[in-house]
Amino acid sequence: MAQPKYIKAYYDYDEKLVGSLKVLKEKGIEILDVLTPFPVHGLDKLLGYRRSWIARVGFIGGAIGAACGLGFQAWVFVKDYPLNIGGKPFFSLPSFIPVTFEMTVLFAAFAMVFAFLIRSKMGPGAHPFIHDEKITDDRFVVLVGLKGNTSDKNIEGVKSVLNGTGARGITLKADVELSKNY
Amino acid sequence: MYVSPIRESLIQGNKDYKKITDDITAPVSQKPTIFWFIGFTVSSIAAVIGIFAMSMTIWKGIGLWGVNRTIGWGWSITNLVWWIGIGHAGTFISAILLLFRQKWRTSINRSAEAMTIFAVMCAGVFPLIHMGRLPLGYFIMPYPNTRGLWVNFNSPLLWDVFAISTYFLVSLLFWYMGLLPDIATLRDKVKIKILKPVYRFLSFGWTGSARHWSRHESMSLILAGLAAPLVLSVHSIVSFDFATSVIPGWHTTIFPPYFVSGAVFSGFAMVLTLMIVARKTMNLTEYITVNHIESMNKIIIATGSIVGIAYITELFMAWYSGVIYERFAFYNRALGPYAWAYWIMMSCNVISPQLLWFRKLRRSVIFTFVLSIFINIGMWFERFVIVVTSLHRDYLPSSWSMYKPTIFEIAIFVGTLGIFFSLFLLFVRFFPVIAISEVKSILKSSNKKHLDKHN
Repeated sequence: MAQPKYIKAYYDYDEKLVGSLKVLKEKGIEILDVLTPFPVHGLDKLLGYRRSWIARVGFIGGAIGAACGLGFQAWVFVKDYPLNIGGKPFFSLPSFIPVTFEMTVLFAAFAMVFAFLIRSKMGPGAHPFIHDEKITDDRFVVLVGLKGNTSDKNIEGVKSVLNGTGARGITLKADVELSKNY
Repeated sequence: MYVSPIRESLIQGNKDYKKITDDITAPVSQKPTIFWFIGFTVSSIAAVIGIFAMSMTIWKGIGLWGVNRTIGWGWSITNLVWWIGIGHAGTFISAILLLFRQKWRTSINRSAEAMTIFAVMCAGVFPLIHMGRLPLGYFIMPYPNTRGLWVNFNSPLLWDVFAISTYFLVSLLFWYMGLLPDIATLRDKVKIKILKPVYRFLSFGWTGSARHWSRHESMSLILAGLAAPLVLSVHSIVSFDFATSVIPGWHTTIFPPYFVSGAVFSGFAMVLTLMIVARKTMNLTEYITVNHIESMNKIIIATGSIVGIAYITELFMAWYSGVIYERFAFYNRALGPYAWAYWIMMSCNVISPQLLWFRKLRRSVIFTFVLSIFINIGMWFERFVIVVTSLHRDYLPSSWSMYKPTIFEIAIFVGTLGIFFSLFLLFVRFFPVIAISEVKSILKSSNKKHLDKHN
C-alpha cells in the first residue's frame, strides 16, 4: 500500500511521545509508524499491535529440534547400526539427552531469529528508507497518515494537532513507499 | 517506577540520549590511541606466532608436543576448558542477568558477549588440533558414509561437539541480534566514507520501528530463556568428559555444578580484566562505574566460594570414600610432584577472592584488576591440575609419567591469547563497546539528572 502523502514529526522524550500518541488516537488520526531509539514500554499496546508470534515460532522450532535430535540418535543406535557400547541398552535415553537438548536450543534460536528477520523484512543488504538519521540517536519520530484526504484543510488540521502536542519538525512528506519497510 | 533511595545511580554524569550516543560511538570516529596500537601490535604478533605453531603441529603431528601415552591431554585440553570457561560470562551476563532484570548488566553485556564469542573460538582450536589429523576432523560430525558408521552418541566427547558448537552459534545470534540497533546507530552517526556502507550492510536494515522493537524484545527475552540453560549445560557437558571416565580424581558427581560455577568465576574475572582497561582507555568510567565493578565482584565471591567448597568437598570425599586410588589421587595432587600447581590453584581461587568481603577492596579498581589476573591464572591451574595430575599417576605405577609442555604448546596457547586480544581490540575499535540502546532505555531510572527531575 503506497501512501501518497504523510506527515512526519518528532518528539524529544519518550513520555512526550506516549502522551501525544494518546491524543492523536483520541482525535482519530492514523498513526502509520513510530520510530524510536530504544524500546518504549507500552507503545505496542497503545498502537494496538498484537502480541508477537515469535514465541510460538521458537516453540515449534525447538520441538522440531528435539524430535530430530532424539529421533536421529534412536534411529542410528536402534535401527541402522546397533552397537554394543559397554553393555548399555541400544536405546539409552539418558545419554541421548545432551544432544537432544542442544538441538532443541539450536533449532529454537535459529527459528526465532529467522522469523524475526523475515517478518521485519530485515537481513544482510536490506535497504529500507531511513526517515530520519537521528532516530537511532535521540529522536522519537511519528509518521502520521492522512487517510487519503490530502485537502489542505485536513493537512493543516492534523498539523495543528501535532503542534499542540509539542511535536517538532512537522513536515509533509510524499512519495515514499512505506510498505517496503514492513 | 521504583527507584531505590540508597543505591547510587548506575550511570554517572550529566547524561541525555544524545550524549550517550556520542560518548559510546566516539572511538569509531576517532583515531585510535597509542595504547590501542601497541596492544594490537603485540597481540597480533602473538597470534602470528601461535598460528605458526599450530601449522607446524598440523603439518608434523602431535609428536611436537610433550604429551605421551600416560598424559594424553596436556596443555591443549587445559586450554580448551579454560577458554570455554571464560566464554561463560558473556551469555551469563546477558541471559541470566536479563531474566533477573539486573539493570547494571546493560553497561557490560555487549563486550562480555563479544568476549564470549572470541573465547569460544579460541577454545575450539584446541580439540581440533589435538585430534592430530585435522583434515579428518569432519569425522566428529554424524554424516552418512560408505562405511555405514555413525558417531558414538553415548560419548561425552561427542556431546561436547554439539554443546560447544550450539553454544557458539546461539551466543553469536544473541550477540548479533542485540547489536543490530547499535550498528544502525553507527550507520546513521559515522561520517567515514568507507565504513558507512559496511555498517549499513551489517545493520540488516534496522529502522527503529515500534513493530520491530516489539518483536525484538520478545525475541530477546525468549533467546535469553533458551541461552540460560545453555550456559549451564555447556560446562556441565565439558565436565562429563572427565566425570564419566573412571580415572580417580575425575570420576565425581560434583563436577557439573563445580565446573559451571568455576566457569562463571573465571569468565567474570576476564570481563573485569578487560573492562577495567577499556573503561579507562576509552573514557567510559561514567558508564562502567565502581558500582558495576562491585556488582561483578559480588558474583566473583559467590562463584569463587562455590569453587572453594567444591575443592574441599572433593578432598573430603576422597578421604571419606575409603577408596585407596581416590585417596592417593588427592594426596598426590596436594603433595606430589605437581603440588606447586595445586597450591597455586588453591591460593588464587580459594583464598584470594575471600578478600572481597571487604567493601573497600571490592570497590578498589586496582585491587580488582590484580585479583582478576590472579583468578585467571588460578583457574588455568585448576584445569591443569585436573587434567595432568589426575592422569600422570593412576592405577598402574609402571605407566606413571611426567609431563612438560614443549615450546610449541606454549606458543599455541600464547597464540590464542593473541587471537583473543586482537579480535577484542578490533571489536572495541569498530563496534560499540556498550549496548547503546539498552543504556538509553535504563537512563531515566539510573541517572541522577533524570531522577532529580522526577522526584
